[in-house]
Amino acid sequence: MSTQTLAPTSKAEDWRYADQAAVAQLWPVAAEQIAVASGDSRALSIIAREGEHHAREIAIDLADYATMDLRILNAGGAYGRVAVSVRLGRGASFTLGAAQVAGAGATLEIVTTVTHTAPDAISRQLIRSVAGAGATVSYLGRVAVEQGADGTDGEQSVRAMLLDRSAQANARPELEIYADDVKCAHGCAVGELDANALFYLAQRGLPPAAAKALMLQAFVAEAFDGAQDEDQLRALAQAALEAVL
Amino acid sequence: MLTIENLHASVADKPILKGLNLTINAGEIHAIMGPNGAGKSTTGYVLGGRPGYDVTEGTATFDGQDLFALEPHERAAAGLFLGFQYPVEIPGVSNLQFLREALNSQRKARGEEPLSGGEFLKLAREKSALLKMDMEMLKRPVNVGFSGGEKKRAEMVQMGILNPKLAILDETDSGLDIDALRICGEGINAIMRAPDKAVLLITHYQRLLDYVKPDFVHVLAGGRIVKSGGPELALELEEGGYEGVAA
Repeated sequence: MSTQTLAPTSKAEDWRYADQAAVAQLWPVAAEQIAVASGDSRALSIIAREGEHHAREIAIDLADYATMDLRILNAGGAYGRVAVSVRLGRGASFTLGAAQVAGAGATLEIVTTVTHTAPDAISRQLIRSVAGAGATVSYLGRVAVEQGADGTDGEQSVRAMLLDRSAQANARPELEIYADDVKCAHGCAVGELDANALFYLAQRGLPPAAAKALMLQAFVAEAFDGAQDEDQLRALAQAALEAVL
Repeated sequence: MLTIENLHASVADKPILKGLNLTINAGEIHAIMGPNGAGKSTTGYVLGGRPGYDVTEGTATFDGQDLFALEPHERAAAGLFLGFQYPVEIPGVSNLQFLREALNSQRKARGEEPLSGGEFLKLAREKSALLKMDMEMLKRPVNVGFSGGEKKRAEMVQMGILNPKLAILDETDSGLDIDALRICGEGINAIMRAPDKAVLLITHYQRLLDYVKPDFVHVLAGGRIVKSGGPELALELEEGGYEGVAA
């Protein structure tokens, strides 16, 4: 029992980029359980903006042909972590759209484990992260396809934008496949704002901060495309970006 | 309106402009022609303030202000518009959103009131009609998926909306078919032919000058203007090439 009360260290793979001091304060993190019944749909937005440190641990169980649309805006405080583990039944569908906006020195991370337990389930994960000076943004995403989960269709799209040379991004998409006839794709890119585009916007009259804000809004907005509260998420993301620039 | 004196500029420490002199008065249209590598595009970028294009010597005075002391967005607010040879694609940012923010940033810098959404849309509709461009295209992301000709027409719509004093148009005619060339040429005339405005056309060919008649034509070679004349100079170049003139 005592081992459960100990906070994880950076030796634990899922915690290696975490802010250990903050984790020690937050520990233990209670897991929240969400179950979506067969054929049902559920949409949820998690907005982590307030407070110095925060950590969420969410376990989602999708029964056969259940659908879940999860959106995350991880944009507050010095340390923010959202960990999601999802189990998909036959024909289930999981969509994750997540944006992280890390101000100076902050450590933000999203950790996902998506397990396809039965045939023909679909998972789509899109993560967009922005890191300011000295900030660290991470995405650790494991997609596991269990034996017999044929016809699995999984996708991970991970991009990070560094606003300063001292910013850091970690992206680790991971696949673990024990079935045949599986389609799993992942794409990953870390970059800086396009200097050509910034000059173009400036030449039309936008001051540098406004030009950057406009491009970053477009960058993170992709995570909220089609969300039921898309407008609210976009507005909150914009406010978070303005605070970083 | 614009006086350039003894301008020297380098890109990555390589000298490109080597003593360029040019004076453009209000109401005038100038054309700069010249062989590849002469420094034509560099001239536009240096005047626009593109990072990496370093002025090493000389001055440029725009409407009484030291142009090189201004940041790119301040030059835009002062009334300088640079039409890009290769307009940049910006995924996710709609033309209308970008142009409204750009225009209102310029107006704010000049101490003018911002345009309301309705006023802006009216202006955008009017200028797209002038360039025969569907308003729907302005709702799409900036230049994304536009053909070469559509990009150039979109540049002219932007110019119409932003209403600059001086437009420097870098190979606006490249990539245009005959109809688009005429539409862009007529657009330039409609927007910029005015006693208080001026245009600097950067081009390889006479064909744009058939629609936008220049008052002065200059030949740029080796980073300097080696010959200036009236519109007849462009025709001479078309016939004889640059070799005879630049030599």
